[in-house]
Amino acid sequence: MSRETTINLLFALLLLGAPLLAAGMGEPFYVTLATRVVVLALAAVGLNLALGLGGLLSFGHAAFFGLGGYVAGILATHAFNAEPLIAGIPATTSMPLIWITAVVVAGLVALPIGAISLRTSGVYFIMITLAFAQMIYYFAISWPAYGGEDGLSLSVRNAFPGVNTAKPLPYFLICYAALMAALLLFRVVEGSRFGSALQAARQNGTRLAAVGIEPFNIRLVAFAVSAMITGLAGALYADLNRFVGPSMMSWHMSGELIVLIILGGKGRLFGPVAGAMIFVLFEYVLGGITERWQFFLGLILLGIVLFARGGLLGLLSGKPRHV
Amino acid sequence: MSEPVLEIRDLRKSFGALKATDGVSLELHPGQIHALIGPNGAGKSTLIHQIAGSLRADSGTIRFLGQDIGGLDMAARARLGLARSFQISSLAQEFSALRNVMLAVQARQGSSFRFLRQVTDDKDLTEPAMAMLERVDLAARAHVPAAELSHGERRQLEIAIALALSPKAFLFDEPMAGMGPEGSKRLTSFLDGLRHEAPMLLVEHDMDAVFALADRISVFVYGRIIATGTVDEIRGDPEVRRAYLGEAA
Repeated sequence: MSRETTINLLFALLLLGAPLLAAGMGEPFYVTLATRVVVLALAAVGLNLALGLGGLLSFGHAAFFGLGGYVAGILATHAFNAEPLIAGIPATTSMPLIWITAVVVAGLVALPIGAISLRTSGVYFIMITLAFAQMIYYFAISWPAYGGEDGLSLSVRNAFPGVNTAKPLPYFLICYAALMAALLLFRVVEGSRFGSALQAARQNGTRLAAVGIEPFNIRLVAFAVSAMITGLAGALYADLNRFVGPSMMSWHMSGELIVLIILGGKGRLFGPVAGAMIFVLFEYVLGGITERWQFFLGLILLGIVLFARGGLLGLLSGKPRHV
Repeated sequence: MSEPVLEIRDLRKSFGALKATDGVSLELHPGQIHALIGPNGAGKSTLIHQIAGSLRADSGTIRFLGQDIGGLDMAARARLGLARSFQISSLAQEFSALRNVMLAVQARQGSSFRFLRQVTDDKDLTEPAMAMLERVDLAARAHVPAAELSHGERRQLEIAIALALSPKAFLFDEPMAGMGPEGSKRLTSFLDGLRHEAPMLLVEHDMDAVFALADRISVFVYGRIIATGTVDEIRGDPEVRRAYLGEAA
């Protein structure tokens, strides 16, 4: 087992063990905190596919996160009021159905956004993804049917067959399973032919084209898959907070996801997990001491960018090698 | 005479007032090595870029295997069977030499939209890729990242990638550059055997290599071909001697 695998396993166990312990000691708050780590990590795993493997610095992934959230919120609201969605299609409170819808919606929105954005690169790509996300953000704000600026509250958490989702620990376990599944998917895709082409597109797009593979097509599919994972995380986040609002889509959220990845290690399997742990820990511990906790997070980020480009995982397990 | 594999007619490309390609026509025939020589800045690399598709010509036609490829992008031309090497090595730097070649094998085999099977234990990729590295004497360095290879090894790797595409024509842009006399000599005899796999357009400054390899030579000056002919014809051409070869020939 490589050093990185061992460290990844430790992170996975820590993230599972801490809330189990907290639940055993009757501290549900910490279970919810751990669920927040898991869901943010899942959103960042999605972004890590585009950013880490493909080198696509999307500054608009909050849009997909928010879309997933709104899918959960809108479906649940309709179901609660016993109104059909559109054209007589019934709404649902079933999590699996909500997740599938969230993933499909995020993917369908990501395809045209990606198809336009990927015609640019570098700083233009960052700006155009930001612009698309802000458009969706302002759309959500100005749409009174679903709460507008105030967002939507879910009166009860959506349902999962055979699980009492209202309790913190079962809901944590659902989210944890989703995160592990996404990490497995990331690992498999990374090592596949598609993943090879995607990483080559990041390293040298001209080389990829010169052997006959269109970098654009590879990047577009990666962008869509990345958005789908982030969309799923959005649906889980809405159920976690029993609330969805436009702030899920704001550029702060996009920035946070990028920060998570850089803290943990760009392109590393467990980078988003480590990043989310640091982020939420800071938010909680420092946030309890001072309202300006983000100042200190900024200092840490500065240190990592200057001295530890590989993030926490790079620091712990060294440079990755593609043999 | 056989149909040309590659046929270029009256190709033109300007950068502002500079005519980098000024009405170039040439043909590449099966079994041939066609060398492009000329002073720096004569437009040889610019021509290679236009054939490979990384630059678009202003006018003129490029026909490859009978098909007009002027409207195709670089990847589409590569899929048709044009394999190029770059004047300055262009590799996936973090990938090992083997993974670089595997990428070409994967491209030749068709779909890159496969998400499950892991490439490192996919013998359909690793075995052909290793065979190509063996052909260019790089098998011992298969697992070294491209960024850590020496300059000469990177040139060899570029050739292995081109070979892995089983192309219908090679476009080699100064493959000998910076190889040293020993390396150049070995590469010369290697390229000599390649003409039977696919014809080759070869940009090269090493005149010993050019005279040893070329079936035909075209001499570029200021974006135009001033002479095309066999090695002996070019060596004897007074205009070429004055413009480029000087006393060395």
